[in-house]
Amino acid sequence: MPAKGYVEILVDTCKGCGLCVANCPTQCLALKQDDTNVFGYHYSYMSDPDKCIACMNCAVMCPDSVITVYKKKS
Amino acid sequence: MGEIRFMKGNEALAEAAIRAGMQGYFGYPITPQSEVIEYLAAEEPNHDYTLIQAESEVASINMVYGGAAAGARVMTTTSSPGYSLMQEGVSYIACAELPCVVANIARGGPGLGTIQAGQGDYFQAVKGGGHGDYRQIVLAPNSVQEMVDHTILAFELADKYRTPVLILSDGAIGQMMEKVELPDPIPYKPNKPWATTGKTHDRERNYITSLYIQSDDMERKNISLQKKFRKIEEKEVRFEEYMIEDAELIITAYGVTSRTSKKIVDLAREAGIKLGLHRPITLWPFPSERIIELASDDKVKAFFSIEMSAGQMVEDVKLAVNGRKPTFFYGRTGGIIPTPEEVIDFIQKKAGEL
Amino acid sequence: MREGYEVIYQKPKTLTDNKMHYCPGCIHGIMHKIFMEVVEEMDIQEKTVGVCPVGCSVFAYDYMDVDMQEAAHGRAAAVATAIKRMLPDRMVFSYQGDGDLAAIGTAETLHACNRGENFLFIFINNGIYGMTGGQMAPTTLNGQKTTTSPLGRDKKSMGSPLKMTEMVTPLDGVAFAARVSGNNPANVRKAKRIFRKALEIQQQNIGTQFVEVVSNCPSGWKCTPVESMDWIVEQSIPYYPLGIFKEPGK
Ligand code: SF4
Ligand code: SF4
Repeated sequence: MPAKGYVEILVDTCKGCGLCVANCPTQCLALKQDDTNVFGYHYSYMSDPDKCIACMNCAVMCPDSVITVYKKKS
Repeated sequence: MGEIRFMKGNEALAEAAIRAGMQGYFGYPITPQSEVIEYLAAEEPNHDYTLIQAESEVASINMVYGGAAAGARVMTTTSSPGYSLMQEGVSYIACAELPCVVANIARGGPGLGTIQAGQGDYFQAVKGGGHGDYRQIVLAPNSVQEMVDHTILAFELADKYRTPVLILSDGAIGQMMEKVELPDPIPYKPNKPWATTGKTHDRERNYITSLYIQSDDMERKNISLQKKFRKIEEKEVRFEEYMIEDAELIITAYGVTSRTSKKIVDLAREAGIKLGLHRPITLWPFPSERIIELASDDKVKAFFSIEMSAGQMVEDVKLAVNGRKPTFFYGRTGGIIPTPEEVIDFIQKKAGEL
Repeated sequence: MREGYEVIYQKPKTLTDNKMHYCPGCIHGIMHKIFMEVVEEMDIQEKTVGVCPVGCSVFAYDYMDVDMQEAAHGRAAAVATAIKRMLPDRMVFSYQGDGDLAAIGTAETLHACNRGENFLFIFINNGIYGMTGGQMAPTTLNGQKTTTSPLGRDKKSMGSPLKMTEMVTPLDGVAFAARVSGNNPANVRKAKRIFRKALEIQQQNIGTQFVEVVSNCPSGWKCTPVESMDWIVEQSIPYYPLGIFKEPGK
């Protein structure tokens, strides 16, 4: 079944704070441990995209407003 | 002919501000200038301006900052200790290039000092009392009429150059009563596209700041400020002279001592002394060019700076004279106005030693 | 965008594209965002004028796409007072930290509230001086270590942390007073509703609106952003309780 939602994260403006990761209820985000963006941060990415429920918690918490949330049209 | 009234200096200043289209007044009571806020409070119901009695002079000057940056004609007035408290704000206003009028109805200091008139705030007014490299236009009225004229002029110059303008008066002129002619109210239409009035869709946001964290930006800002100051120095010098044509000895005096100095010149002339008066009206920009001219004149023998301070404006006179002629200082402090007799004695004594 | 999906959350257009200078995980960014969302949703961008302080948020005007003024340290309340008095139909807010609002600017804060100046205070309380490198603030918790209270704040010599919201609540001039946080998604959403409510009260012209945000400083507190949110729950909120302290008609 396709996910209810997904997020897009602007890699180069993410500061790797991890607040999105910590506040995702379905644990579908993670910080990229083996890569960094241009500013040297381990950026956030969808590690388990199928689990996203489009709750927007990650984007609400993102201090740098780099997350866009998409929801499956009903 | 405008309306003629018999008014106190402080009230005349307040009435002139109303007629200049002032929109906001923010002040804190302090002797000897409290008549300004009292007059404006009494008149407020009849006019469109807003008045706030602030919690301190610090708050007053920062209200002036906010009001000026919002595009309004705004003013505060105070006296010496209160003006000291405003110095941080004046520095910010100068750097953010905001037009506003401040009046210091000065008293004798230092410290809490005396509530009698004083001229000890000259350095603070003209050398930049706050931090950083800035200048402000300083007008020094010496009559109640000039309290009116200079207030109107101050608002115009402030808008023209986007700069704070200080009216440096003193308790004697603030408290004295004279006949004045008041101009008709001046229609004031602000044209301040830089003001923070709300970012409309047809422009970028406006922000008013004095923060330039990068060295290059800060230096660029300073260069542009200095350019503006040079332009003001070129265009806005004002002074008045009396019996200067054939003068051999020249008094320099501003504000209240320039009034007594006229009498001193008259008395000296009666005694056959060729004395004249040079009175700077703008203390910054200072009429240095004119003083250089006078000092270069062969018949001029000496300068006498007469002040109610321990010797402040005399430093600017000396800088201009630059050793061409002897320059003497005579002053009283504590609110004491030098009498014509003591000044003439001093001038005769010094002239005799030349 | 993938087919069959729609955008349900994105950065508000009322924020500029400038990259924020705040440290990773700082609640400043969250508050900038949700406040600007409210400005966007109420369609008041053209009418809003803000004042930023001296402190970490000194550059707020780089991020909030509305007209703004940068005030001297502690003087934002005086500056905002005059803006609102000169432009009564604009929506005015000051955005200040604890050093600015509760130490050097306490007099301006209390008197603006007492006069009932009709603007919104957004007071970011993270209990520390962030910009100058982690010194003690008037709101630093008792026992909390900072660079100027290396053994922990000692209330005998430094007094206890100031509860500004509780201080301004009883003032007649204050129409609305609330304390919110940004430590989890529920509280962020609540904070946004409170900002909206405050601005609606400003439209009614009935008194000052004061909203304190229990905030964090991962750099100054020397912890990770996620740990800082836990600290807020365990340490800050017990001392600085959240909620609406005063609202019209109640
Ligand atoms: S929208 Fe919700 S479920 Fe999806 S990634 Fe963000 S926090 Fe996780
Ligand atoms: S909350 Fe934003 S800045 Fe922080 S890690 Fe997630 S995407 Fe990056």
